[in-house]
Amino acid sequence: MAQGRIHSIETFGSVDGPGVRFVVFVQGCTLRCRYCHNADTWDASAGELADSTELLDRAERYRAYWGEEGGITVSGGEPLLQLDFLLALFGEAHERGISTCLDTALAPFTREPGWLARFDELMGATDLVLADLKHIDPARHEWLTGRGNANILDGLAHLDEIGQPVWVRHVLVPGVTDDDAYLARTAEFVSSLSNVERVEVLPYHTMGAYKWRELGLDYPLEGVEPPAPARIENAERILRATETRR
Amino acid sequence: MREEWNGFKGTHWRRDVNVRDFIQSNYAPYDGDESFLAGPTEATERLWGRVQELQAEERARGGVLECECEVVSGLTVYGPGYIDAEHPELERVVGLQTDKPLKRAFMPYGGIRMAQQAAETYGYHVNDKFDKIFNEYRKTHNQAVFDAYTPEMRAARHSHIITGLPDTYGRGRIVGDYRRVALYGIDFLVEQKRADLANCGDGTMTDDVIRLREEVADQIRALAGMKEMARAYGFDISRPAADAREAVQWLYFGYLAAIKTQNGAAMSVGRISTFLDIYLQRDLAAGRISEQEAQELIDHLVLKFRMVKFARIPSYNELFSGDPVWATLEVAGLGQDGRHMVTRTDFRFLHTLENMGPAPEPNLTVLYSRRLPEAFRAYASRISIRTSSVQYENDDVMRPVWGDDYSICCCVSATQTGKEMQFFGARANLAKCLLYAINGGKDEKFLDKRTGRHLQVGPELAPIQGEYLDYDEVMHKFDLMMDWLSGLYVNILNLIQYMHDKYYYEAAEMALIDTDVRRTFATGIAGFSHVVDSLSAIKYARVRCVRDEEGVATGFEVEGDFPRYGNDDDRADEIAVWLLRTFITKVRKHHTYRDSEPTTSILTITSNVVYGKATGALPDGREAFVPFAPGANPSYGAEKNGLLASLNSVAKLPYEYALDGISNTQTINPGALGHTEDERVRNLVSVMDGYFANGAHHLNVNVFGVEKLKDAMEHPERPEYANFTIRVSGYAVKFIDLTREQQLDVIARTCHDRM
Repeated sequence: MAQGRIHSIETFGSVDGPGVRFVVFVQGCTLRCRYCHNADTWDASAGELADSTELLDRAERYRAYWGEEGGITVSGGEPLLQLDFLLALFGEAHERGISTCLDTALAPFTREPGWLARFDELMGATDLVLADLKHIDPARHEWLTGRGNANILDGLAHLDEIGQPVWVRHVLVPGVTDDDAYLARTAEFVSSLSNVERVEVLPYHTMGAYKWRELGLDYPLEGVEPPAPARIENAERILRATETRR
Repeated sequence: MREEWNGFKGTHWRRDVNVRDFIQSNYAPYDGDESFLAGPTEATERLWGRVQELQAEERARGGVLECECEVVSGLTVYGPGYIDAEHPELERVVGLQTDKPLKRAFMPYGGIRMAQQAAETYGYHVNDKFDKIFNEYRKTHNQAVFDAYTPEMRAARHSHIITGLPDTYGRGRIVGDYRRVALYGIDFLVEQKRADLANCGDGTMTDDVIRLREEVADQIRALAGMKEMARAYGFDISRPAADAREAVQWLYFGYLAAIKTQNGAAMSVGRISTFLDIYLQRDLAAGRISEQEAQELIDHLVLKFRMVKFARIPSYNELFSGDPVWATLEVAGLGQDGRHMVTRTDFRFLHTLENMGPAPEPNLTVLYSRRLPEAFRAYASRISIRTSSVQYENDDVMRPVWGDDYSICCCVSATQTGKEMQFFGARANLAKCLLYAINGGKDEKFLDKRTGRHLQVGPELAPIQGEYLDYDEVMHKFDLMMDWLSGLYVNILNLIQYMHDKYYYEAAEMALIDTDVRRTFATGIAGFSHVVDSLSAIKYARVRCVRDEEGVATGFEVEGDFPRYGNDDDRADEIAVWLLRTFITKVRKHHTYRDSEPTTSILTITSNVVYGKATGALPDGREAFVPFAPGANPSYGAEKNGLLASLNSVAKLPYEYALDGISNTQTINPGALGHTEDERVRNLVSVMDGYFANGAHHLNVNVFGVEKLKDAMEHPERPEYANFTIRVSGYAVKFIDLTREQQLDVIARTCHDRM
């Protein structure tokens, strides 16, 4: 049992991992993505404390809806900032026979031995990682999120080394990530991995823009429209060819 | 043995009228998928094209194409009518309510004034002779009810604490077993009814024996009328149907008899898919018809159900918006022996929504269970996602109560086909009742015309005086006020049902139901979620009353937070269960007409708008005179934990307390249901599997975003919106046919979207 800092709960998550899932959004993130649609989850001191056992009790109220595929997903914010909480939550979830899914940008990933050991232990209790790859190019990644991507790409490589099933998610933003050359580089990188079961292209949307305004911030992508269907198809064609079928 | 029955198995049904036994002895469950289905034929496309032209014309004329002004509707008053009079050969299933498509019949028996008004509203004037006939020579249901109403009843009706009552229109909700016409033919049914009449009473003429003998005689007359009606179209329905086409046609003639003689609020078709499948499969197996012809028969039958119309007055349209008739038609379900009842024809009925596009009628209802074949659940889900035209009801909670041959007789209410009838009774406004408890029976909106002061409608109990509402005090007063309301309500209904039997008896429908009929007495609740949240606010937060100069609380200020129904929070949800159980318990205390069995419902159709308009501000923060949440839905904006938390709250309401139905309508943005259509289909199946496994009763599923609604409201003329269908509480409606007020209400409701 451990406590985590929670932003909110969505009882009906159907786009964050396989099937219908109970999604816990955690509080706190070190990235500052310009398109972030959950900017209200950045502040690591905000939100509410929640107990892992109580959260699972609550999640189990929805077990009847999960069928064969569903379960729980932790999203954020950045879940990996609360490793101890995740270890307790996913460990107990597995004891209860609940499928676990982790939605992360891998920004906290490091090979520092103490951290890595706990991360690997967490992976032992994680059925699927949804890895959000923001941008393949280090400089553009830094422009987009405020941080470089070296440790993130290393984290993906590590997940491959330990054979952890992964879905790579890529937000398609016109003028930022939908350039064919970048998409090809992303595809090349993902092809080098043998654990990626699926690549999801997530079309950029503006539904989170109001949260920036509520936080008193200027929305950096003001005026950027969601991608056209043809561009989404294009990105899917390029990226989904890299999936490893199991 | 009759040659029409060649190849059919079983014995009981041959001797007695027993359609269920025929079905169980002969149907073939189908476990496969939809790949066998056939597209529309040229005839189907031409007919549906013509009907759409007529519907467009109807809309252009303000909602009605033509009203009958010269002829009182009946079984045999018209010759044959066709969709396209120049090409009657296109129609595989024939028969119209009047002599022309979409022309509305003149039906004065429910109330002459309403029938005249309905015509006047659309620019028609009913022949003046009827004014004399139905005011001087022959009384109508409406006049009879008002003759007997007490002043208290009139006041309660005026203040809308009890409203939507079937005292100005037909009560409907009676489903004749139209399958009987096909299986047995009219002559056999007449024979059975004659035997019933011979055995009705021992000669001692008590009220009930006299009444029943007269009713059975009326039924026999109606059966003869059906035969004559069919003869006008060139068919002899005195004998059983000999093949699939005749079975479909005979069955439809049974239904046509109902809609020619009654303009009930709900005129449901019933559970016919498994029955018809037996005939279709017999012909298919013998090579007499192809799959395309089988589908064409079902398409043309559904086309007829899409064309049912009644002339209504504006106040009726406000209650039940969008011209619904609840031609409710069920598919699927399980049998008592454990076999599922999905047949190819269950697929064929859903497929009509693809062959002819989405439509509000017939009100297609899937009797759902996790144990239905996976391929069927997935197909129904897919059709929902594409058309938003299907509703789901939990067969696993209904089957133990109603068996495996029940129909849905209105929006969501079950009734045993051919064995039962229902006395429909609208609903009581419990939100207003709570205000009466606080205000000592004074109405917060309506004024006494004589004194100009708040109208005293309920009993003059001492009003609550304190500035802040005390939970125990409110509960005590509310209990007393509900005692009064439930008693008055049941007695109003007793009176209405008595008069309806006397002046507007449903002879044609009752002729297709067993003489020894079981009757249910349906009451209902409006304002449910607001009462629950108001009581929760009083219990868990602090609620201050704002009173006017007369001391009547007309506003409330809530200090602090409180749990709301719709979040899977037991603190609020237990109040919901308490409220339902308390109300039905109070209803059950009273004598009900013809010893009918009292039930209740939490469903409001679109009347949540009208009830809300008549009701002042509430302690949950709902402002005065705005719409209630529909049916058993949580209040607007109350749901903070997503769709499943909301569904769990509703699922906690025991169906056994509300056997007339617990209606829930949910709208999900396609993007929030999954990335691809296949994912959406799987996820929607998971949602329904879970919701119904948790014991819930009903779910309306809409899959679209709010943007589409807003666009359709602003641009109703665009062709893509002509058939844009949405599910509202218990039925489906073309969105553009709703009033703007109701469109705004639909838009304001929670759409479950992606965070």
